[in-house]
Amino acid sequence: MAGNVDALYIFLVILSTLMTGLIFVAIVYFAARYRKQEGVQAEQIDGSTPLELTWTIIPFFVFMVIFLWGAVVYFKEHTPPRDATEVYVVAKQWMWKLEHSEGQREINELHVPVGRDVKLIMTSQDVIHSFFVPAFRMKQDVLPGRYTMAWFRATKPGTYHLFCAEYCGTQHSGMIGDIVVMEPAQYEAWTSGGSTGPLSATGEKVFGELGCSTCHRPDSQGRGPNLQGVFGKPVELADGRTVTADENYVRECILDPGSRRVKGFQPIMPTFQGLVSEEQVNALVAYVKSLSKAAAPATNTAAAASPSNAASGKAR
Amino acid sequence: MATAAVAPPVERENYLNKHYGVWSWLLTTDHKRISLLYLVSITFFFFIGGLFALLIRLELLTPAGDLVQADTYNKLFTQHGMVMVFFFLIPSIPAVLGNFLVPLMIGAKDLAFPRINLLSWYLYIIGGAMMLHCMLTGGVDTGWTFYVPFSTAFTNTKIVEAGLAIFVAGFSSILTGLNFIVTIHRMRAPGMTWSRLPLFIWAHYATSIIQILGTPVIAITIVLVAAERALHLGIFDPKLGGDPLLFQHLFWFYSHPAVYIMILPSMGIISEIIACFSRKRIFGYSFVALSSISIAVFGFLVWAHHMFVAGISVYAALIFSILSYAVAVPSAVKVFNWTATLYKGSIRYDAPMLYAFGFLGLFTVGGLTGLFLAALGLNVHVTDTYFVIAHFHYIMVGGAVMGYLGGMHFWWPKISGRMYPESWARLAALIVFIGFNLTFFPQFILGYVGMPRRYYQYPPEFQVLNVLSTAGATVLGVGYLLPMIYFLWSMRYGKPAPDNPWNAAGLEWKTPSPPTTFNFEQEPVVTWEAYNYEELDAPQHRQEAPVAR
Repeated sequence: MAGNVDALYIFLVILSTLMTGLIFVAIVYFAARYRKQEGVQAEQIDGSTPLELTWTIIPFFVFMVIFLWGAVVYFKEHTPPRDATEVYVVAKQWMWKLEHSEGQREINELHVPVGRDVKLIMTSQDVIHSFFVPAFRMKQDVLPGRYTMAWFRATKPGTYHLFCAEYCGTQHSGMIGDIVVMEPAQYEAWTSGGSTGPLSATGEKVFGELGCSTCHRPDSQGRGPNLQGVFGKPVELADGRTVTADENYVRECILDPGSRRVKGFQPIMPTFQGLVSEEQVNALVAYVKSLSKAAAPATNTAAAASPSNAASGKAR
Repeated sequence: MATAAVAPPVERENYLNKHYGVWSWLLTTDHKRISLLYLVSITFFFFIGGLFALLIRLELLTPAGDLVQADTYNKLFTQHGMVMVFFFLIPSIPAVLGNFLVPLMIGAKDLAFPRINLLSWYLYIIGGAMMLHCMLTGGVDTGWTFYVPFSTAFTNTKIVEAGLAIFVAGFSSILTGLNFIVTIHRMRAPGMTWSRLPLFIWAHYATSIIQILGTPVIAITIVLVAAERALHLGIFDPKLGGDPLLFQHLFWFYSHPAVYIMILPSMGIISEIIACFSRKRIFGYSFVALSSISIAVFGFLVWAHHMFVAGISVYAALIFSILSYAVAVPSAVKVFNWTATLYKGSIRYDAPMLYAFGFLGLFTVGGLTGLFLAALGLNVHVTDTYFVIAHFHYIMVGGAVMGYLGGMHFWWPKISGRMYPESWARLAALIVFIGFNLTFFPQFILGYVGMPRRYYQYPPEFQVLNVLSTAGATVLGVGYLLPMIYFLWSMRYGKPAPDNPWNAAGLEWKTPSPPTTFNFEQEPVVTWEAYNYEELDAPQHRQEAPVAR
């Protein structure tokens, strides 16, 4: 991604330098050439419609090129590859909490292997923050009450700055961390220690503890929708609309179940707002996701083992 | 002209000496006196905002946070922004030079509502006093953008008081805009048709439209923030069922067009100065006039380009990106037209013209870096970094303040009846230009290499660029102090100004310097086009000119 952004940047630097140079040379030349001289009067020129059209239309088309170029890069930035490894990010004043889907938890530090696509599923516990890694040319605001997504693929081992880029109070400039990019082998060694099991397994536990499983049964007999295979699929709502069951929808169903209720079910689910932590919501989302991956259980591990290729970016 | 300089100063009656005493100022309805009231008050706030800026730059001299506490630093940049935006930049040109010149330029005795004009100054002063009180009794630390939910649920500083100060000052801005629109529509002298209006008037007309349509939105937003903070209504806070992005939409719906409130009047000034000092009609008059209006209109449609990483949808981002490029076109058209005006002119390099040259250079850089920011994929990297800081200072300081200073020099003889010292003024223009670039150009690089804005401490690799920037700020500070000193000096010791020291076109120059209270002894009748420099410079006319007073 850094390469794409830098190419556009360099193009714009060259264009701007040319434009500034042109204006500068014109001003200096005119100012010197037409400096006031005794007996010489200014020649009145009213204007020129062809010239006006020229310098309206040409900039417009140049601007459209920049617009399209910028839009293409933006689309890439907003389309995480399907098989990207997922990391859940919870921001709070003034720290970053990161949780790998394999279960490792970190604070203000994120270890990733080189060459792997990493998708960040982020939310905030309090105010708005922004996840900014200058080396990856990547930034995304992190909001309370919803998920925002971002992704990156590190291409060189090393330690890179992680900054909070949205002002968040007293220690805003202290809300910094490191992205540690490791060789795959080193990364494997790093992951082998200190995990409490995959996040989806934690989610399954929470799912049981909170009693979700009494209604959301793995058959069609429950009082709530069966969650097997639901994630990523369209869901028909009670009010006739259809939504895709993505991370934000699952999150909303847990915290505000009445707002977008599934068709054919009674509004009997209580809200879990304030009863579950952001980490528990993340675990539940990961669990619901895993129910749809059951058919292809190898996805996560396959992605982990082999460096994913760029072609997967086409998906969706 | 020569007689005026030598003869003992037997002063003609004018707006300055007609009445004396404090109440003759505080209860005046003369637009020229109100303009001076504004001049004193915005200068006061400019130096307060400048002091904050200086402290910010000093703190950033070293990577560690060592000069002030983190909370103090956060208050410094918040109050720097609030004071500079709401109490200096927005009122600066319209309320000072616009107030003074709009009636003079269109041949009117005063603004349409002289008492409302005085009221708007009082509202400004009340708002300013509230802001001062807020800053002296604890201050506010939300950033001038006071994003929710930080401002509604987390900060324990005086956000409501600061918001109300801005709310009150906003009404001052609305009333000024209203006054200008009615005046420009209803009080033009006979023969002063729309196509004969100086571009300064066109620019102020466009500005007034934004002031009237945009300012109420920020007022409502402030009320909503205060209501949510006090009553815990769920408008913006997601914990209460609100939407934090709604706040950003409302905030930028005003605050983006507000940038044009700052820059459009400055563009008007630049048109006047370039025409006068190259002795030419502005190239493409109607295109320059209409570009002001189209900037005002398009300016309302681009607000969400401040939110490309905020979590808006990709498709919304596309729309706002393309519209942002649309608003860049009329700005580019203006720069080309000003440059083309120089062609075959008869150019003098007096201080106002030096400021105009400075404006052209800095505004061009500011505008072009706007193209960087409007490019979606690139915006993601540079937004909320020092790149943005540099960009908008090039527009708001490099553009708006250069124009303001150019205008102050250009019309100072008319306002004060005295000439400023020319060589000092040229020196100051040069110092400001150099200091400005040294302060803000390094910040473009700083932003691209990744330094986020509003950072109290930073990694050591950013230090060199920060030191350069701080050094530049010192130079810039000197550049801004100089004009204040020599303007004050000239009020007593400056050469008495002739009525039309630049032999400029425009009705304001047909009044005495300084003008009498009702501007024109008899209503002028306009029979010529704007910028009729050809006639002014014609040999027979030139001999007549001094006698005309």
